[in-house]
Amino acid sequence: MNSQNKTIIITAVVTAVLVLVGFFVLMPFLGPRFMHPMMERMHGGGSSVSASDLNTDTTRMTNNGAFIVSFKSQLDPIRIGSMHSWILHVETADGQPVEGATILVGGGMPDHGHGLPTSPQVTQDMGGGDYLVEGLRFQMGGWWEVKFNISADGVEDNVTFNIILGG
Amino acid sequence: MKKKVLLAGVLLMLSAGILLGCANQTSPWSEAEEDLMRTLWLESLPALPPDPTNQYADDPRAVAFGAELFSDTRFSSNNEVSCATCHIASKDFQDGLQLAQGVGTTDRRTMPIAGTAYSPWLFWDGRKDSQWAQALGPLENPVEHGGTRTFYVKLIQAHYKTEYEALFGALPDFSDVSRFPVPAAPIEDEVAAANWAGMSEEDRETVTLVYVNMGKAIAAFERTIMPRTSRFDLYVEAVLADDISAARDIFTADEEAGLKLFLNEANCTRCHNGPLLTDNDFHNTGVPAVADLPEDTGRARGAQQVLADEFNCLSVYSDAAPEDCKELRFMLVESEELERAFKTPSLRDVANRAPFMHAGQFWTLDEVLMHYNKAPDAPKGHSELEVLNLSESQLQKIIVFLKTLTTMER
Repeated sequence: MNSQNKTIIITAVVTAVLVLVGFFVLMPFLGPRFMHPMMERMHGGGSSVSASDLNTDTTRMTNNGAFIVSFKSQLDPIRIGSMHSWILHVETADGQPVEGATILVGGGMPDHGHGLPTSPQVTQDMGGGDYLVEGLRFQMGGWWEVKFNISADGVEDNVTFNIILGG
Repeated sequence: MKKKVLLAGVLLMLSAGILLGCANQTSPWSEAEEDLMRTLWLESLPALPPDPTNQYADDPRAVAFGAELFSDTRFSSNNEVSCATCHIASKDFQDGLQLAQGVGTTDRRTMPIAGTAYSPWLFWDGRKDSQWAQALGPLENPVEHGGTRTFYVKLIQAHYKTEYEALFGALPDFSDVSRFPVPAAPIEDEVAAANWAGMSEEDRETVTLVYVNMGKAIAAFERTIMPRTSRFDLYVEAVLADDISAARDIFTADEEAGLKLFLNEANCTRCHNGPLLTDNDFHNTGVPAVADLPEDTGRARGAQQVLADEFNCLSVYSDAAPEDCKELRFMLVESEELERAFKTPSLRDVANRAPFMHAGQFWTLDEVLMHYNKAPDAPKGHSELEVLNLSESQLQKIIVFLKTLTTMER
């Protein structure tokens, strides 16, 4: 009786191990119909962008270190297809707010080779280094760049923000 | 011994059963794919936003008046053409023709109407920025309705005075032929333009205001034309409820595989996104030019036209404040990307809407998918397409999926 029980337990354990091993090893190769959590990660959710490689900070130093620039979207989180505004904040490298700057807006999708679908503009110098950027709309998911060319007190510099949008 | 073997066998079969059961209930969709599907789901369509350019947009009397105007053939130079001539209700408000046929033949394909209240731009080139401004375009187009605004306001006086006045107030008297000649409108036609120039500025404004109100009534009606539930929406609902077996009762394996391609490898949702399956934007997808038609620069010209349009959001006839006109104020006007860029059409009911593209260049979805798969160079400008290299069987699955976007029978 004792040995019979033992055999049953061993059989059960071996079966369980086989099933588990089979599940974890074979499922990724059985196709997406039986999607495995591991494979899901491998698929990266269908995005073509290696999001992890991009700096998506919303505060960045301009290319030549003249300004520290940050943005805050008035649509948060940013959704595709919605016209919205940003507040851009510009400081000198040592933290002094920059007022009276001339700021140009550009950008696009580097992976797709096209620009922004709208012509966003800085419409208001709000004081204290804050600027209202109106007319932003992203019409598809993926990796977007929004670039600002900033000129103040005879200094010109550029900054690029990376944005990853789903959908 | 026999007992042991039997027991082991039962255990094995049980385990296998559990495994198969688990596998069958596992969703074929990743979280990211489910998120994407949710954005395409009709239930995700937000409530219709107000139209700040049209203060009558949500007035039921305007809807009823607009519906009458929409199908009244008296509003044409030959008494035979109404909006409903090309926008046929039983055909998703389009006509199934390569080029629209009014009193003459246009250079473009009739667009459907459902959901256009959500679109900041109207027409294939977006040369109008509201539904009412759009509705007024064909009325004075010589090959569509072929009339002029003095002709139309006199028809309002003759046939719709009560309806008009209930909504918009007293209708001015247009019976003086010397003050209100027909034809007269600021259009290319020399006689109409000369007559228009001969009118006093005040009379021109009086006529135009009534003409604009006609457009606003038609727009109020068009606002009510909305997309309806498709089998795809039911499938998404089941997937989001984690009911895969219900989802698989709704979609075949091929339809599911087609959706997978649609969301991933085929890049369709780059432009066909959101619950209306359009980004309401303009793209050059290398669609071939039609030999017999004049050169069509698409959005490149449309952007200039809407900026100069007498009825745009910033015009005196619009009820919107300038801050409501962000689409127009921040519109992309100067860009190589606008050359031969045309509006992304909604894919809802697409299978019922051959021929496809802005001049009906393709008669079948096979041709459309083949075009996207090969991504030929644009006749002018630069195509945004990338070669897909999908197999014939994959393309067929996408087509099978596109047919699930058809409105279900009520």
